[in-house]
Amino acid sequence: MSAKHDAIEAQSKVIKQNRRNESAEERGTRFGEQILDTDVYQQNTKEGYLSYLPTNNDDDDGDDDYSSSITNMKLKNYGPSQEILQNIPNIDRNFDPLEERRKGRVADRENEYQRQNRGKTPDPQAKGRGYVDIMGEVAVRNAKIDIRNQLAEKAKSGDLRSSSTSTAAALISAKAAAVAASNEATTSDKRRRRWDQTASQDESDPKAKKAAYEEATTPAHARWEETPGRSLGSETPGAYQQSRIQWDATPGHVTPGATSETPGGSRTPGAETPGRPSAKKSNRWDETPRTERETPHTSGWAETPKTDRGVNLDEDYLIKSTPTPSTDKRRSRWDETPANASATPSGTPSSFTPIAKEIGVHATPTMVSGFTPGMTPNLMTPVGTKAMGLATPTPGQLVMTPEQMQAYRWEREIDERNRPLADEELDMMFPPGYKVLQPPAGYIPLRTPARKLTATPTPMSVLSGFRLQASERGQGAQSNQLQEYQPKGNLPLLKPDDLQYFDKLLQEIDEEQLSPEEQKERKIMKLLLKIKNGTPPMRKAALRQITDKAREFGAGPLFNQILPLLMSPTLEDQERHLLVKVIDRILYKLDDLVRPYVHKILVVIEPLLIDEDYYARVEGREIISNLAKAAGLATMISTMRPDIDNLDEYVRNTTARAFAVVASALGIPALLPFLKAVCKSKKSWQARHTGIKIVQQIAILMGCAILPHLKSLVEIIEHGLEDEQQKVRTITALAIAALAEAATPYGIESFDTVLKPLWKGIKQHRGKGLAAFLKAIGYLIPLMDAEYANYYTREVMLILIREFQSPDEEMKKIVLKVVKQCCATDGVEAQYIKDDILPSFFKHFWNQRMALDRRNYRQLVDTTVEIANKVGSSEIINRIVDDLKDESEQYRKMVMETIEKIMTNLGSHDIHSRLEEQLIDGILYAFQEQTTEDSVMLNGFGAVVNTLGKRCKAYLPQICGTILWRLNNKAAKVRQQAADLISKIANVMKLCTEEKLMGQLGLVLYEYLGEEYPEVLGSILGALKGIVNVIGMTNMTPPIKDLLPRLTPILKNRHEKVQENCIDLVGRIAELGAEHVAAREWMRICFELLELLKAHKKAIRRAAVNTFGYIAKAIGPHDVLATLLNNLKVQERQLRVCTTVAIAIVAETCSPFTVLPGLMNEYRVPELNVQNGVLKALSFMFEYIGEMGKDYIYAVTPLLEDALMDRDLVHRQTAMSAIGHMSLGVYGFGCEDALAHLLNYVWPNIFETSPHVIQAFIAACEGLRVGLGPGKVLYYTLQGLFHPARKVRDVYWKVYNTLYIGAQDSLVAAYPRIVDDIRNSELDGMINGGVLPHKTEKSEEYRNTYTRYELDYVL
Amino acid sequence: MAERYNIHSQLEHLQSKYIGTGHADTTKWEWASNIHRDTYASYLGHFDLLNYIAIAENETKAKVRFNLLKKMIQPCGPPPQKLEEN
Repeated sequence: MSAKHDAIEAQSKVIKQNRRNESAEERGTRFGEQILDTDVYQQNTKEGYLSYLPTNNDDDDGDDDYSSSITNMKLKNYGPSQEILQNIPNIDRNFDPLEERRKGRVADRENEYQRQNRGKTPDPQAKGRGYVDIMGEVAVRNAKIDIRNQLAEKAKSGDLRSSSTSTAAALISAKAAAVAASNEATTSDKRRRRWDQTASQDESDPKAKKAAYEEATTPAHARWEETPGRSLGSETPGAYQQSRIQWDATPGHVTPGATSETPGGSRTPGAETPGRPSAKKSNRWDETPRTERETPHTSGWAETPKTDRGVNLDEDYLIKSTPTPSTDKRRSRWDETPANASATPSGTPSSFTPIAKEIGVHATPTMVSGFTPGMTPNLMTPVGTKAMGLATPTPGQLVMTPEQMQAYRWEREIDERNRPLADEELDMMFPPGYKVLQPPAGYIPLRTPARKLTATPTPMSVLSGFRLQASERGQGAQSNQLQEYQPKGNLPLLKPDDLQYFDKLLQEIDEEQLSPEEQKERKIMKLLLKIKNGTPPMRKAALRQITDKAREFGAGPLFNQILPLLMSPTLEDQERHLLVKVIDRILYKLDDLVRPYVHKILVVIEPLLIDEDYYARVEGREIISNLAKAAGLATMISTMRPDIDNLDEYVRNTTARAFAVVASALGIPALLPFLKAVCKSKKSWQARHTGIKIVQQIAILMGCAILPHLKSLVEIIEHGLEDEQQKVRTITALAIAALAEAATPYGIESFDTVLKPLWKGIKQHRGKGLAAFLKAIGYLIPLMDAEYANYYTREVMLILIREFQSPDEEMKKIVLKVVKQCCATDGVEAQYIKDDILPSFFKHFWNQRMALDRRNYRQLVDTTVEIANKVGSSEIINRIVDDLKDESEQYRKMVMETIEKIMTNLGSHDIHSRLEEQLIDGILYAFQEQTTEDSVMLNGFGAVVNTLGKRCKAYLPQICGTILWRLNNKAAKVRQQAADLISKIANVMKLCTEEKLMGQLGLVLYEYLGEEYPEVLGSILGALKGIVNVIGMTNMTPPIKDLLPRLTPILKNRHEKVQENCIDLVGRIAELGAEHVAAREWMRICFELLELLKAHKKAIRRAAVNTFGYIAKAIGPHDVLATLLNNLKVQERQLRVCTTVAIAIVAETCSPFTVLPGLMNEYRVPELNVQNGVLKALSFMFEYIGEMGKDYIYAVTPLLEDALMDRDLVHRQTAMSAIGHMSLGVYGFGCEDALAHLLNYVWPNIFETSPHVIQAFIAACEGLRVGLGPGKVLYYTLQGLFHPARKVRDVYWKVYNTLYIGAQDSLVAAYPRIVDDIRNSELDGMINGGVLPHKTEKSEEYRNTYTRYELDYVL
Repeated sequence: MAERYNIHSQLEHLQSKYIGTGHADTTKWEWASNIHRDTYASYLGHFDLLNYIAIAENETKAKVRFNLLKKMIQPCGPPPQKLEEN
C-alpha cells in the first residue's frame, strides 16, 4: 500500500515539476516582433536571443551567450524581474477593471438555452389567431420537421444533391401556389417569393412607408443572430448538419405567415429573422452542395474579398453568396436602393457612418428601401464600400454587433480628443512671447511604421485624421451631426441601438397632417422613448400618461411597439424592467382588449420566467398572472395549448412555467380538468411531459398552497410513473418530489397510490430515471410516520448503498440528499445506520475527490452532520478524525467543517479521552498546515476548543506554543489568525484556570503592538481585549498602567479595524479599570477620542462617545466637559454632533447637575455653532435622562424660551426637539405649567416651511401631546381648522391629524360642543319639534344635528 | 425638492388612509360626523361610560348600545347640500 502510494507521489511530483517549468516559460517575458523596429534594427539580430527569460537555474548554462553581447545584457533586464512576476498572482490580461460599473444587459447574461428565444419576436402586426389556425399550423410544422429529418437522412446518404437542386429549380419555375405545404423546399421558395413581393410592393405603393417601417423594426434580431463569427462557424460543411437543426428550432412562432396565404399581411420580419434565413438559406438550400464543398469554411462575407470585381462590391457579394436562379431578382432589388449605395460621394464622412452603413447598406436585405424614408437621407451617404473603392471590407463595413459599434465609436471619440494639436490651437493656448524653435539639424523624428499602422486601423479613421486640419469646422460638423440623430423637442437622447425603433421621431413632421393612426403611433413612440431613456420625472409622467390613455391608444398600437423593444438584444436590465412595468400597467387598463395579443405577450414574457435574475422572474410571474386575470382562463388555455406539445423543449419548458403561474392566478381547481386531459394525452408524449411539468412547477411556485388539491394533483400524474417514455417517467418522479416537498410534513395519504410504483421503479431503473425516483422517495420519507419510514428506508437503502459507488455527480448529490432525508426521520434507528449505512457511506464518499466540487462538499458535510445527529458525534468523528492529517488541504477543510458542525450541535460529552487526543492533535496539524487563508480552520479550532471546555487544559500549553510560534511567523495572515485564535479561546483558558499562560500571551501580544499590518494589529488588539475581558483589570499582565499609554498612539491609526478594536479595548479599560491610569493619561486619550468622532463607521463613533462617558465618570466631568465644550467651536458638523452626544452622555453618567451649569453658561457665547451645540446637547441629554428631566425642566426653561425667540431657524428647531424629548420624559410628573408655557413659544413656528423645522415642530407637538395631554394641544389647533386661508388650514389639519392618530380616544373628552347650524336652527324653528322637516325653497336638506346631547349627562 | 423625500410627506399620506383624519377641504359636517362617531365609539367602549349613560337614560345597556350604534350611521344627519351657487 505504502509503496504504491510512494510511487504515485513520485509520479505526481514529476508531473508537477514539468508543469511548473512549462508555466514558468509561459510567463517569461516574450519579445514579440512588433516591438522590434525593422527599419532601425536588422531583423536577424534577434536570432541570438532566447524568446523568453530563463526562469530557473537549469537554464543557466546559456550564461556565456548573455555575456557575449551588450545588447543582450540590456535586453535581459527589460520587464519585471522573475521574482516579481512570480509573485503577481495570475494576471488576467483580459481583466476589465470597469466591469462592475458596466450596466448589465439582458442579452449578455443569457446562456445558450435562454438565448433560444432570441429571434422569436412575435409578429406585432399579425392578428390574433384562433385555436383552429394554431393547431393547423402545428400540424403543418410537425409535418415539415418530419420531411426535414428525412431530407437530412438523405443528405447523409448523398441523395440530397440531385433532389434539392431539382426541386429548387422546379419550384422556382412554379411560383404560383404553395400546394405542398409540407415540403421544406417549397417553403423556402415561398419565402423568397414573398420577399420579392414585398419589395415590389414597396416600390409601387407610396403608402408602403408604414409597412416598411414595421418591417424595419426587427432587423436587429436578424443581425444579432448574424454576427460574423457565428455564421462563419455554422456554415462550414462540417457544421452543416448541426446548423440545420438550429434552423429547425427557430420557427416556433414563424409559421403563421407561412401558412396564411396573404403575402405582406401577417408575416413578421422578426419572426422570420430575415437576415439569417436569407444568408443561411442561400447557403443551405439555394446553393448546390457542390458549391459548399468548394468553398469550405467561408461564409458569404469571406467570399467577397476574393473577387476581382472590386467596385461593384454589393452585387458581387450577392452573386457570390447566392448563385441561384433567383439571383437576378435580388440584384435588381439591390440596384433599386440607389440612395444607399451610390449617392453623393462628396458628403462629409461623419462619426456616425458605421451606423449608417450598418442600417443603410447591410441591413438592406431585410427591408431594402424600407428604411430610406425613415432615416434622414444623408445618413445613407457616401462612405459605403463603393465610395471608398475598397476591396476589403473594413471593420466599419462589416456588420457590427452593437458592442462593436459602441467600442468603435468610443475609439473614434478618443482618437478625436487625443489628436495632435495644430499650430493655431497652440497659438491660442500659449500667452504671447513664445516662439517656435527649429528642430536640431541632426534630428530625425522616430518613425515606427508598425505603430503608425496600428494607430490607424481602418480607412475610416484615416478620414477622421484627415479632418483634423479644419479642426473647427470638423468639430462643428460633428456636433451638428450628433444633433441630427437626436429627436427634436423635449425628448431624451437616443442611443444608437434605439435608432431602429424610434427613427420616426427623427423626422420633423407636422403632426397635424398625419392621419390619426400615425399620430397615435408617434405619440406612443414618444412616450416609450421617455420611459426607456428619460429622467425619472419624465419617465414617471410618461408612464402615467400611457397608462391613462391605454384604452384610447388600443392594445394593437401599444404592443406593436412595446414587444419589439422588449426583444431588442441591446436591452438593459433597467430598461426591461421599465418596459415590463409598462405592460403591467396597461394590462390593468386594457383588460379584455388584450385577448388578441396574449400569445405575443407570452412569447416575450415567458423567457423572464427562466431568467437568472430573481426580480425578472417575479416580474414575469406578475405579468402573466395579470394577463391571465385580464384575458381569462379560456383564452389562456387556447393560446398556450399548442405550445404544450411543441417539439422545441425550450418552448415547452417556458410554457409549463407560464401555466403554473396561470394556475396560481386563477386557482388550481380551474385548471385541473385541463391538466388531467393533457397528462393523459395519447397523442404525444411531449404533451404528457409538459402536463406533468406544469404540476411540478405549480408545486414549486405555490408551496403549501397545493395542499387542498394534493390528492387530485397526484392522481393526475401518477400514471406517468409507468409511462413508456423515459423522460415522462423522470419528470413524473420529479413532480412527485416537488409535490412532497411542498406538502411537508402533511399529506402522505395522498401519495399512497404512488408509493408502490416508486419503489418498484427504483428496482427497475438505472441512471437519470433512478436519480429522479430516488429524489421523489427522499422527499416522501419525511412525510411518513416512524414505522413506515423505517420500513421504506430499509427498502430504498439497498439501492442507495448500491448507488454510493455511482460515478455520476448528479446521482451522488441526490443519493447524499436522500440519505440525509432518510436519516433525519424518526423511524430510522441509530443501530441500523451504524451497521448498514456508515461503512459503505464512508468508503465511498469520504474521499478527497468529494472535497473538490463545491456542491458535493456542502452536501456531504450536511449529510454527515445529519447522520451524526442520529448516531452520536463520536461514531462519526472517530471515522474522520485521522483525515485531519490528510495530504489534501481541501479535504482536511471538509473534515474540519464537519467536526465543527457536529461538535457545535452535539457538544463533547460523547468524545472519550483517546478521541479527544486525536482530535486536538489533528486540529493542531490541520491548523498549522493550512496554506489558504479562510476562516474554516480558525472557526473549527475555536468551536472544538470551546466545546471541549475544561477538558482542554492538558492541551493548552501545546496550543499556546503553536500560537506563540505562529505569532512570530513571517506571513501576516498567519500572525493574524494566531491572534484571532487567542480571542476565540480566551474564555476556555480562563475556564481551565490558565491565568499564567494568559498573562504570558498578554505580554507577547503587548510586545507585538508595534505590528505594521493594520489587519494583524486589529486582531492583536482584539486578542488583548479578549484576555483583558476574562482575566480582569487587576490581574492583567502587562499591567494596565503600562498597556494603556501604549494604546494611546494606536488610537491615531486610521484603519477601521484597528480603530474599532483599540477603542473597544480602551473603553473596556476606562469602564472597569480607570483607576489604574493617571488622570492626565485619560485626558490625553480624550483628545485622541475627539478625532475618532470623525470615523466613518458608526460603531467606532459610538464606542468613542461611550468611552467619554466612562472617562468622565472616572476622572470627574469637569475636565472632560471643558474639552468637549471647546470642541463645539469647530467647523465640522459631524464633529460637533458627536461632541454634543458625548456631552449628553457625560451628563447622563455623571448626573445632569454636574454638567448643566457649565453647559448653560456656554450658551452665552455669542456664536451660532456653540449655542446650537448647547441646545443639541440639551436635546440629547433630555432624550437620555428621560424622567430624570423633571428636576431640570424649570432650570432650562428660560434658556429654551430665549432660543425659541431667536431669529435663527436652527435655534428654534433644536430647542423644539429638546422640548419634544423633555416633555416625553416628564409625562406624569406635574410639569404641565412649564410645558404649557413652552407650548406658547413653540406654537408660532407652525407656519415654518423648512422641512427640518417642520419635523422638529411636529416632534414637539407630539411630545407635548403626551406631556400636556391632547386636549390642550387640540384647543390650539381648533382655531385654524376652518380658517379662511387654505395655507393655514393645511398645516393646522396636519397637526390635528397627528394629534388624532396619536390620541383618538382621549380627544373625545376634549372635542368642542358644536351647535346646530344656524340656518338649520331657523329651519328648526319653522318646523316645531316633532314635525318632519319639509322642503323649503332655499334648501332641501334635513337638519344637521351637531350637538352631542350625551355631553349633558357628563358636564 | 428635499420636501419630497422626507418623512413628513409620507406621514401625511399615511395618515390620510385612516378614517377620521382631515384635510384642508374637510367640511364641518364631515368633521362633526367623525367627532360623533368617535364619541359614540368611546361611550360604547368604556364600560363605565356605558353604564353611566344607561342609568341617565333609564334604558337597558343593550338598548343604549344599540341606540348608539344606530346613531353612528349618520350622526349629524344627511350631508348638507352644497349651497347652490347663488
